[in-house]
Amino acid sequence: MPVDKTVLDEIALSEAEYRLIVERLGREPNGLELGLFGALWSEHCGYKHSKLLLRTMPGRGRGVLIGPGEENAGAVDIGGGWAAVMKVESHNHPSAVEPFEGAATGVGGIVRDIFAMGARPIALMNSLRFGPLSERRNRYLFHGVVRGIASYGNCMGIPDVGGEIYFALCYSGNPLVNALCLGIVPRERLVRGKAGGEEDLLLLVGADTGRDGLHGASGLASRTFEDERELRSAVQVGNPFMEKLLMEACLELAEKGLVSGIQDLGAAGLTSASVEAADRGGGGMDLDVSPIPRREQGMTPYELMLSETQERMLLILPRANLDPVQALLRRWGLTSALIGKVTGGREALVRQGSEVIARLPVAALTQPPVYHYKVRKPAYLNRLQAFDLASLPDIPTKEVGAWLLKLLAAPDIASKETVYRQYDHQVGNGTVFPPGGDAALLRVPCTLSSGSGQSRRGLALSTDGNGRLTYLDPFAGGAMAVAEAARNVVCTGARPLAVTNCLNFGNPERPEVFYQLKEAVRGMAAACRKLRLSIISGNVSLYNESQGQAIYPTPVVGMLGVIPDLKHRCPSGFRGGGDTVLLLGTWGGEHRSLAGSLYLEMAHGRVAGRPCIDLDMEARLQRLCLSAIRRGLVRSAHDCSDGGLLVALAEACIMGGMGFRGERWQLGSRLDAALFGEAPSRIVVSASPRDVPALEALVGRHRVPIARLGVTGGQRCSLANLADLSLDEITQAWRGGLAGAGG
Amino acid sequence: MKFGIVIFPGTWSDRDCYHAITEVLHQPAGFVWHQDTDLSGYGCIVLPGGFSYGDYLRPGAIARFSPVMSAVERFAAEGGLVLGICNGFQILCEAGMLPGVLMPNSHLEYRCQWTHIRVESNRTPFTNRCEPDQVLEVPISHYEGNYYTDDETLSDLEAGGRVAFRYSNHEGEVTPEANPNGTLHNIAGIMSREGNVLGMMPHPERACEALLGSADGLPIFKSLMASGAKLLHSSARA
Repeated sequence: MPVDKTVLDEIALSEAEYRLIVERLGREPNGLELGLFGALWSEHCGYKHSKLLLRTMPGRGRGVLIGPGEENAGAVDIGGGWAAVMKVESHNHPSAVEPFEGAATGVGGIVRDIFAMGARPIALMNSLRFGPLSERRNRYLFHGVVRGIASYGNCMGIPDVGGEIYFALCYSGNPLVNALCLGIVPRERLVRGKAGGEEDLLLLVGADTGRDGLHGASGLASRTFEDERELRSAVQVGNPFMEKLLMEACLELAEKGLVSGIQDLGAAGLTSASVEAADRGGGGMDLDVSPIPRREQGMTPYELMLSETQERMLLILPRANLDPVQALLRRWGLTSALIGKVTGGREALVRQGSEVIARLPVAALTQPPVYHYKVRKPAYLNRLQAFDLASLPDIPTKEVGAWLLKLLAAPDIASKETVYRQYDHQVGNGTVFPPGGDAALLRVPCTLSSGSGQSRRGLALSTDGNGRLTYLDPFAGGAMAVAEAARNVVCTGARPLAVTNCLNFGNPERPEVFYQLKEAVRGMAAACRKLRLSIISGNVSLYNESQGQAIYPTPVVGMLGVIPDLKHRCPSGFRGGGDTVLLLGTWGGEHRSLAGSLYLEMAHGRVAGRPCIDLDMEARLQRLCLSAIRRGLVRSAHDCSDGGLLVALAEACIMGGMGFRGERWQLGSRLDAALFGEAPSRIVVSASPRDVPALEALVGRHRVPIARLGVTGGQRCSLANLADLSLDEITQAWRGGLAGAGG
Repeated sequence: MKFGIVIFPGTWSDRDCYHAITEVLHQPAGFVWHQDTDLSGYGCIVLPGGFSYGDYLRPGAIARFSPVMSAVERFAAEGGLVLGICNGFQILCEAGMLPGVLMPNSHLEYRCQWTHIRVESNRTPFTNRCEPDQVLEVPISHYEGNYYTDDETLSDLEAGGRVAFRYSNHEGEVTPEANPNGTLHNIAGIMSREGNVLGMMPHPERACEALLGSADGLPIFKSLMASGAKLLHSSARA
């Protein structure tokens, strides 16, 4: 073989893959051609390890306009003539190397995916995981990531409405930074990222191309960090102002119908953008690198094709529209360069002036080999699942109050306000429920320039994913991520509609990791089918490990829900005194519901047990809760998850600024499991006493257990004979927890 | 009265202002591009929030040189009403239409949060529909909102009654705890000597509907509407 193994390593291709390339071409590829293959066959672009799995997820349900993998992002009908466009994407590896720019450009990338489809971004969310803040490096990563997200999103003028942040040792040195963006667009104006008719022109617009981010897709995102090589050059630097210009210009182009396609330049830069657009359009392309505006002299065609310089878009337009398009771009102060055209054949042709420097069949590039890796159930699973939770001592009654305060102050549960207040979460005049509740709630269309007037329609948005639970049972963890995200959306009064997901896993070439991936996907798919949800988009981030240790398998789910009239919205916190507080769902007082709970880890130093979920019960519970909210029978609804029942009650008190008086509860066999166990499928609601009989009747029809917990009122959170804490005490513990931990 | 809402390339509160003025208050409004210089037909010019030209240097440092700003200066000199919100306030200071500067917040963090501001006088074109000492709940969203100026200018501003709003607590007490960014004298907004130009860091356009948390921004826009009507009336008499 004429190619050195170090060259293949550089672009993360195997020798077998090289041989396949030679076979498909019938010749040796030249250096540039090999680079194109390396980028497009990377896991990041080609999904060669995950494609077969991803196909098993339901993606084409009711209302879906654009399913997973078809375009830059998925789209779903939200009624009233509008479509929502949504996607979540990881920027884990760049953020591990350079947290500020890594996180900032993660936001930039996902925003481009959304406006590339003609949709105005109306919300951002982030799902973040870090190592413990007691370590200096983790504090640096945490603060850098938060500042990076803030700097990019705030400058763009897109509200960041929250998300979630969790901490665990396994994320030390390999933080997870998943960014979600939601946009809306009138249905008929959805723009495709595909090359249009033959002879359509390719116009590169935005930032000048530099040497930044070379090998981001193949190098950073597709391998682990075992060696300490200097990777910083593979991280890009963001320019949110440039992106704002691009966004406004692209939205205007889409609105005026001047372009046939818009494609963002993300991973693998121009290579991926042009080839993917050509492939979707069923044609080919003829591209010249010489007119590409560049930041420095002496850049090779290889560098120009693979640069991941941010804030660039590829426009595909009929020749007749060139003048008006360029005039519009100039008005926004953007430079553009005509770099090629769409062709009829299925060939990707790259030229430098008149010289042809790469000539490849599009299909060979876009169809990487698909692997189904060896699967082996990890040895730890049986051991941890079999751990006898009953062998642990139950919590002494007198310690309940102290543990509640400790859990409220735990960084996983404590208020993230010190983070969210750094994000502009209000711009756009659409944020009805700000960050901090079960899900964010947005009014749509809010203030689009198309001027469609006041609307009562709302969209609810939530992200969820519990690595600890997925570690203990990948199937259950995947299912629970979907179930919890949907439950959060339901609690606001919105009906869950569509899912986007980001699969953050370790090295899939390890059979144990692939088992986790496969089972988690199976769990997510099962939950989506049961809850009648479609997965419209997603992203896979593999090789998340450092020093040979894989992270917790962490599927992150972004859930979109619709509320036809915002007058039916339902807050998380209690709303007034004298309301009856009820638990919808089971008590979970058996020892097994301690499985994977934060209490178990904090009190006994154990991550053990076997989490499980009854998806039928979950579906009934969600239908019940939604129906109760729509009928006006409940005044607040809060999901019971992290930290268990007492934490959920305390949070409802804190968010509502309202105390609670518990009655004597009929608990199960274990106090700790009933109070702090994290069994799923439970919602704490409050209702006016006069509505309780109607609510109980509704509950009976849905075959969901219900239990009376107590009454709202006063300035204390008192739990019969278990604990009696002041509202101030619990509020301070919850508010100050993150800062107390070093946040 | 028609409101003119200026759009710099990095402005993002333009649509929010437009929404508040046209959808909530049912007043006419139009957009003014940063390259335009014709402000005829407008009674009040709004410089909205955002990152005008990226603001990588200092907020507003480049915006002051844009063609629209010389037109805004002329507009103000002729007695027109100018409302600068957030980035608009920063631009007015950079352009010298208001004294002082807006430094980075003392804690060096971006802050988006609800604040209370006390109306210092209700005899201004921007507050004539407010109660005396009324406390408004209006959000801020900025990194550079820490107002600073020299002692002389500060006493000038105070003596001339040109401090329009001060951050306070819910009861209207001006306390250090109520100061969100380290600003001098808890200043949230100031006026020009002639009283027809106001710069403020909080976003009244985000506080025009109870659905979004507060409608306390409405009195500011309603004051402007009343002032505009009076201006029209007096110019008709002249």
